[in-house]
Amino acid sequence: MASSSRAPHPVIGPGHTFATVTDKIASLVLTRKTPLSWFFGFGVAFSLLMMFLATVTYLLAKGVGIWGVNIPVGWGFDIINFVWWIGIGHAGTLISAILLLLRQQWRTSINRFAEAMTLFAVACAGVFPILHMGRPWVGAYWLMPYPNTMGLWPNFRSPLIWDVFAVGTYATVSLLFWFAGLIPDLATLRDRAQHRAVKLVYGMLAMGWRGSARHWANYEMAYLILAALSTPLVVSVHTVVSFDFAVGVVPGWHATIFPPYFVAGAIYAGFAMVLTLAIPLRKVYGLEDFITMRHLENMAKIMLATGLIVAYGYMIEAFMAWYSGNAYERFMISNRATGPLGWSYWALILCNVLVINTLWAKKLRTSVGYLFFVSLVVSVGMWLERFVIIVTSLHRDFLPSSWGMYRGTQFDWSMFVGTIGLFLTLFFIFIRVLPAISIFEMRTLVPGASLEKDKA
Amino acid sequence: MSRPALHGLIAEFHTPAGIVKAAEAVHAAGYRRVDAYTPYPMEEVLDALHLHHTHVPKLVLGGGLLGLAAGWGLQYWSSVVEYPMNIGGRPFNSWAAFVVPSFETTVLFAAFAAVIGMLALNGFPQPYHPVFNVPSFTSASSDRFFLCIESGDPKFDLGETRRFLQGLGAADVQEVPE
Repeated sequence: MASSSRAPHPVIGPGHTFATVTDKIASLVLTRKTPLSWFFGFGVAFSLLMMFLATVTYLLAKGVGIWGVNIPVGWGFDIINFVWWIGIGHAGTLISAILLLLRQQWRTSINRFAEAMTLFAVACAGVFPILHMGRPWVGAYWLMPYPNTMGLWPNFRSPLIWDVFAVGTYATVSLLFWFAGLIPDLATLRDRAQHRAVKLVYGMLAMGWRGSARHWANYEMAYLILAALSTPLVVSVHTVVSFDFAVGVVPGWHATIFPPYFVAGAIYAGFAMVLTLAIPLRKVYGLEDFITMRHLENMAKIMLATGLIVAYGYMIEAFMAWYSGNAYERFMISNRATGPLGWSYWALILCNVLVINTLWAKKLRTSVGYLFFVSLVVSVGMWLERFVIIVTSLHRDFLPSSWGMYRGTQFDWSMFVGTIGLFLTLFFIFIRVLPAISIFEMRTLVPGASLEKDKA
Repeated sequence: MSRPALHGLIAEFHTPAGIVKAAEAVHAAGYRRVDAYTPYPMEEVLDALHLHHTHVPKLVLGGGLLGLAAGWGLQYWSSVVEYPMNIGGRPFNSWAAFVVPSFETTVLFAAFAAVIGMLALNGFPQPYHPVFNVPSFTSASSDRFFLCIESGDPKFDLGETRRFLQGLGAADVQEVPE
């Protein structure tokens, strides 16, 4: 990079001071007129959310028979969507925790809404396994270790119960991390709000924050420790999700490559979603000074790197099927590529192996429109990946007499698209009522904020 | 009471460099009941006032150990003591399998200890504090830097401390009513 003829893009536009940073971000919530596109986007998202609720109501009335799942494919759209959403969440934690520990300054302007994205994605993910139980109000004792009247306890030797602990912890810790990060900004909103009721709400949430040096000392330590705790946590979550498959003996699931391959895929899908959200956000709210080309390009590079790991995973799956000499593994791969669901495998290769490699070109990597397109392609690709892993492995496993076919019904689709509505609705509300960019952390990027750095 | 009790004297600065220099001078002059209010965390101010000390790590360690014991204890007790069941011929005490949930509960309890511990050590929620009586203090959460010498400090003297703060280049020095 040093030999490059021009310096990398800055992490913050020129000419900003503490006051302009504060004004700009706080005004999105407090004073600026809500743009028309917000109402349009919220309306679409909210309609999809209504569709979701209608589907769930019908599902609870009729049972999971309205879905396409049956024997031999007992894990259909619900588990595909669960893994897809939970994977998307991982980028938020990567940005907020891992990049913080690695002192990547560019994370600062994108961490807040990426963390919000994590929370909303995990909420969408949680819906699916819970509803997959059919009667979730009865199924609670399968998941939660509580002293029930039957005296039963969950089987702690099963990866499925590990998943409950991993995802539950992940959702809770993400919420804590997000809220802790919001406290100083809530104080800023409290101090700037004009309306008394608004002041009161932000004031209560800020809990009396006043930026005292004693408080900052505790705060910075707690924040750093949360980052250090979240880092192994986020790796553990998708590892455990991959155990749901890898611990089973089904060809196509029983592979030791799964944990790293799933974690890389999660980060890959997550950065795609961060880009999908960041590109319209910076455009509509005029945040190009804060979410600069540097951010977009760095995210594209991470997407490319993790995408290559995912492609390596596909390669190893095929290689191990051949190298193991196992007839069932070999059949699994040939069925994936040439069987009745072969279209999904080749669409996956197109999305996750071919298209992503175009990001090697700097020209494409720094084109905002193209990045938005690639981020959508990646999201589709990662959904297809889970479809391929789950459906093509299950629908033809060992005994040809028990083979079958699978396709999602209209209710599978309306639930999946409905959770996108849930996700976007929550996100639209979030950018309207909370600062989408961390204000106090952006202040640290203003020139002159750190005396030692300027001396160096 | 003839006049309201005094919390202290608060000086306002417009630059990060200004408050760091002032904090160093205040500490050097022997004031100890001092607090700085900054819009973002400033290492240099913590250095100047010698405020780096924090109990958060100890609380997190305690929370993590408690979470480990709780997670492991739950699994051991329910699988070995309360309802031992042979599943796939695996031992009742399948310790290797218990590692994963135990790790998660360790992280969960440690994270709660970090956040709740941080809030508790800061005395939150705290709806009232005297510094909020200063009208210009609302900009402490935006672009101004404040340094408050509290009246409880043994060296505190209204006239002298005010002159001292003014001599440090403060843009403004105000009394903070209790």
